[in-house]
Amino acid sequence: MKLKILAILTFVSMVFALYMIFIVAPRESTQGDAQRIFYLHVPLATFGYVGAFLLGFGSIRYLMTRDSKWDRLGHAAAEVTVAFITAQLITGSLWARPIWGPWWVWDARTTMQVVLYLIFIAYLMLREFVPEGPKRAILSAVFGLLAMIDVPINYLAIYLFRTQHPQAVISPGGGGLDADMAKALLASFVAVTLLFIYLLNRRLAIARVEEEINYLEQIVLAHE
Amino acid sequence: MKPVSAIIFKDIAIELRSKESLASMIMFAVLVLVVFNFAFESTGLDKSLVAPGSLWVAVSFAAILALNRSFAKETDNDCLQGLLLAPLSRGELYLAKVSSNFLFMLIAEIIILPLFVVFNALNFDFRFAEVIAIVFLGTLAIAGIGTILSTISSNTRMKEVMLPVLQIPLTLPLIIAAVESTREILMDDTGQVSSWLYILAGFTIVYLTLSYLLFEFAVED
Amino acid sequence: MTATLALQSQDIRKTFGHFTALGGVSLTVERGEFVALFGRNGAGKTTFLKVAATLVRATHGKLAIEGVDIHEEPEKARRHIGFLSHNTYLYRDLNPVENLRFFGRLYGVPDLEGRIHQLLERVGLQRRKSDPVRAFSRGLHQRLGLARVMLHNPSVILLDEPYTGLDANAVDMLNGLLDEAAAAGKTVILTTHDFDQGIRAATRTVIIDRGKVVLDSPAKDSAARDAYTEYIRLGLSR
Repeated sequence: MKLKILAILTFVSMVFALYMIFIVAPRESTQGDAQRIFYLHVPLATFGYVGAFLLGFGSIRYLMTRDSKWDRLGHAAAEVTVAFITAQLITGSLWARPIWGPWWVWDARTTMQVVLYLIFIAYLMLREFVPEGPKRAILSAVFGLLAMIDVPINYLAIYLFRTQHPQAVISPGGGGLDADMAKALLASFVAVTLLFIYLLNRRLAIARVEEEINYLEQIVLAHE
Repeated sequence: MKPVSAIIFKDIAIELRSKESLASMIMFAVLVLVVFNFAFESTGLDKSLVAPGSLWVAVSFAAILALNRSFAKETDNDCLQGLLLAPLSRGELYLAKVSSNFLFMLIAEIIILPLFVVFNALNFDFRFAEVIAIVFLGTLAIAGIGTILSTISSNTRMKEVMLPVLQIPLTLPLIIAAVESTREILMDDTGQVSSWLYILAGFTIVYLTLSYLLFEFAVED
Repeated sequence: MTATLALQSQDIRKTFGHFTALGGVSLTVERGEFVALFGRNGAGKTTFLKVAATLVRATHGKLAIEGVDIHEEPEKARRHIGFLSHNTYLYRDLNPVENLRFFGRLYGVPDLEGRIHQLLERVGLQRRKSDPVRAFSRGLHQRLGLARVMLHNPSVILLDEPYTGLDANAVDMLNGLLDEAAAAGKTVILTTHDFDQGIRAATRTVIIDRGKVVLDSPAKDSAARDAYTEYIRLGLSR
């Protein structure tokens, strides 16, 4: 029931955000309509870091309590975050092409996002290739923790690198944000946040069912 | 003799017998250095610009070879269980394995570094001592994080192939710091070296400590 | 003051995710006892042995070896324990002497070279002592594995299905070593599927089923054999 309400809320907020992005927000002077991707791109990028935090938190809590709900949280957060970063990388590329020329520009932010992406994918691959069971949860938690501590260190290194080798930076566009643009960005943030929460909860629900099935399977096997 | 030293001596004894690890590490690194030389020969770039990258690619991938081999020796016949039965803590076991891995990588680098200098016609002067220090620190960091990651990856169906997938994203800040500081020293442009060294040292300390604490979970049954 | 017990477990539980391997095992073993531990596959006997050997961490409960709590002082407890499973934990690249030397150093065995010599004689490996273990047959592997277990003179010897894959000679050697250990006052706990093998030198029979102790009686008691037969019969018809 709660999930249904969340789904409706998410849908409504997304429609509203789209309205704000395409109708209310003014056309940007230098970049034109392509700039509107920014309203989606920025919130998506933020959730890369939110997901990283959730994975790190879930990993520590699992190692401390061995309660599998933390393992499920880490896993679900990683999956949803990977989806979001994929969308963010694609929107970033679609944005860069008409405005700056190349499909991809290596700056501090994009490099960081790619590395974050690789870390999450490594986590998911690890889970995929370890046989189901408590060992998988422990190893995932250990790697999850090692990986998430790495995120700030990576950030430092990449930003230091890029300050030494400055490149063109994908930025929202000159000057401050117009009031309507700010509102559109806010609406988009709300929508993306709700979407993240909704997808996370959906994925967690699926994970709970998967565990139930596993449990029942084991009982059946034990009786044979 | 303390248990930690016993393990290191045992690893040395095994390596002396077969020399597989050292041979494959050195061979691989040499191949990488050669390939890089060909790849960038025609670009006319200053060797000092490209060389550091080639060195650290060679070192980090050779390290992966060594880490995989090292762990494979312990999973054979379930020898790791024998070590877990011994009167030493999981953290001490971790330190012993890091020491062995670190030692073998250093020995390989004694061969690799001179070759690196020769292939790239670098000046071998006193500044090179700083490069050696960076290599020392970077290798320690790779051994530190690689030891726990190889323990984790050996549990997967992909086994050895999983280690680079896990290790490369995580060691990226380490590689960047090592390459940049090496390059700056070689090009005598040492503005940022101290920042890079902080990152290198920080990475090493954080990951050695973290892995020491987490190792017991990685070997749990 | 009560004499130190070789092994004392209180309500040891172990769950692997949703699966309960041990549902509360409380066992008291005095020094010098020879316990034969029986149970179906998956009953929990291997898990219990591994918990006692500190290889697996119990989810609940306490266990002490020679008075040392394995959770509080695992390294100290391990000095008293010798554990053998069907994997021998031997390094294939090294020869028997080198293997034993390593394990001896690990445990801090005094007069190591002499002890190695003595053990290799006892298990009949003196002539092969310089050959890498890689070349050994299963039987020779097991013999060296036995030497490794006895090397640091553990007071509690835990064996998990030690008779699996052994030829008659090796079985005799194992029994000989176990009898010597028992005579020297060591405590032995072994698991096996073969009732007769297990009961041969045992002083006590324990049956574990689905993570709990269902029978615990003196070995020579005929009730033990009857109970075991019944247990197997029930298992086959399930």
